[in-house]
Amino acid sequence: MKDHYDVIIVGAGPGGSIAAKTAAKEGLDVLMIEKRQEIGDPVRCAEGVGKFHLKQHIEPDPRWICADVKGSCIISPDGTKVEMAEEMSGGEVGYVLERKIFDRALANESALAGAEIMVKTRATDLIIENDTVCGIKLMHLGKMYEVRSKIVIGADGMESKVGRWAGIETAVKPSDMETCAQYLVSNANIDQEFCYFYLGNEIAPAGYVWMFPKGGNKANVGIGILGSKSGEDRPIDLLNDFMEKNMPDAKIIEMVIGGVPVCGTIDRTIANGLMLVGDAARQSDPITGGGIINAMDAGKIAGEIAAKAIRNGDCSTDTLQEYEELWRKTIGKEINNSLIVKETFVKFTDEDLNSLAYSLKDINFTSMSLLDLLKALFKANKKLLWDLRGIFKDFIKNDIDFKYKAE
Amino acid sequence: MSISVNKYICGYCGACVGVCPTGALELVETWIEVDNKCTGCGICQKICPLGAIEVNR
Ligand code: SF4
Ligand code: SF4
Repeated sequence: MKDHYDVIIVGAGPGGSIAAKTAAKEGLDVLMIEKRQEIGDPVRCAEGVGKFHLKQHIEPDPRWICADVKGSCIISPDGTKVEMAEEMSGGEVGYVLERKIFDRALANESALAGAEIMVKTRATDLIIENDTVCGIKLMHLGKMYEVRSKIVIGADGMESKVGRWAGIETAVKPSDMETCAQYLVSNANIDQEFCYFYLGNEIAPAGYVWMFPKGGNKANVGIGILGSKSGEDRPIDLLNDFMEKNMPDAKIIEMVIGGVPVCGTIDRTIANGLMLVGDAARQSDPITGGGIINAMDAGKIAGEIAAKAIRNGDCSTDTLQEYEELWRKTIGKEINNSLIVKETFVKFTDEDLNSLAYSLKDINFTSMSLLDLLKALFKANKKLLWDLRGIFKDFIKNDIDFKYKAE
Repeated sequence: MSISVNKYICGYCGACVGVCPTGALELVETWIEVDNKCTGCGICQKICPLGAIEVNR
């Protein structure tokens, strides 16, 4: 460890590693620290990821892919099933990852690009001078050190402190947090090409149960419920109930717990000399809970902007503002669309969910365009469409624009 | 007022740290540390997936 770097990245998850790799490739002097002694462990994630977006960052490798998912199946409270297959979602759908190996592969790529990495090394504070972040204080094996840098990238996850130290409000309200528990089970006996989602306010208040295939008859079976509904029944209790009723033969081989911010975009993710990426910036999707791709996209942008700022000799918010704008235009827009869906979803009663599923169950999703789907939905459930009008307005507009241009 | 985290229950996920409005919590490797900024509001207790937190009254 030196006492000065161009960029220090706090946290070696997917967001941190992509930021480190990008910055190192730009020729910057990079240090990435991870407070755990093992990168990628323990897992706090359902491990599902979209193929198309993943490939923008790394070549898929069978060593960290557990299952290749072709479609998903949603099960309403009364058991009505809605299946959606490959073509519907734009051709490729997703993988279920082995995060322990995936995260290490990403860290390895950043190391190969030239970044220095330290594990079992925890940031304890920022060095702030003249309202500008100039480095971090860290602890490694019980000793404190001060390391200076031109830019700090906070990729320190759900429990992020980096933003707060710089005066950025990142605390999440319980009503904006899904609290989750998951088992990796063997003897899962599910179709290994499908993801399953069980909805219902008894099963999972303002949330859902998921089953993601993990290969070899294994699955991630998890539950997320809204924090404001948690208390008497904890996620772990509800998950145990679900397992008992629906998967009596499954054997638990791992327990995973965690929280997922579902608050939508926060007001600010930069300060002078500082950028936040991934869960630290609350960039997870409020409906799917997915955060891997968003973190990687944001990490890439942050790495590029860091290089630009350092080249220009200005690491103040004047330059870093471009990071803020770029991620909001892409990731941010999707997050806020999902937020509208989530706000509607958490208000659904079981009857709403049943009637919605019933109206969709016989539709062949593989052959329908989004516009056809919307028409069907509109016929079936006018109230829903009204609630979701914000997002659908955008979709319809794009779809029509596209058709118009094509003709 | 303060809280106690039962380290035999805690799964060191950090969810409590993310919701604490005063920044009183920190996840250090496999345990949670509480500092004197804790007001005993109980938000962390509510969010914990495993029920590892108790508010001391
Ligand atoms: S939320 Fe509960 S399980 Fe998670 S770190 Fe806090 S006390 Fe531990
Ligand atoms: S009781 Fe409130 S202030 Fe104290 S640690 Fe929990 S969330 Fe923070």
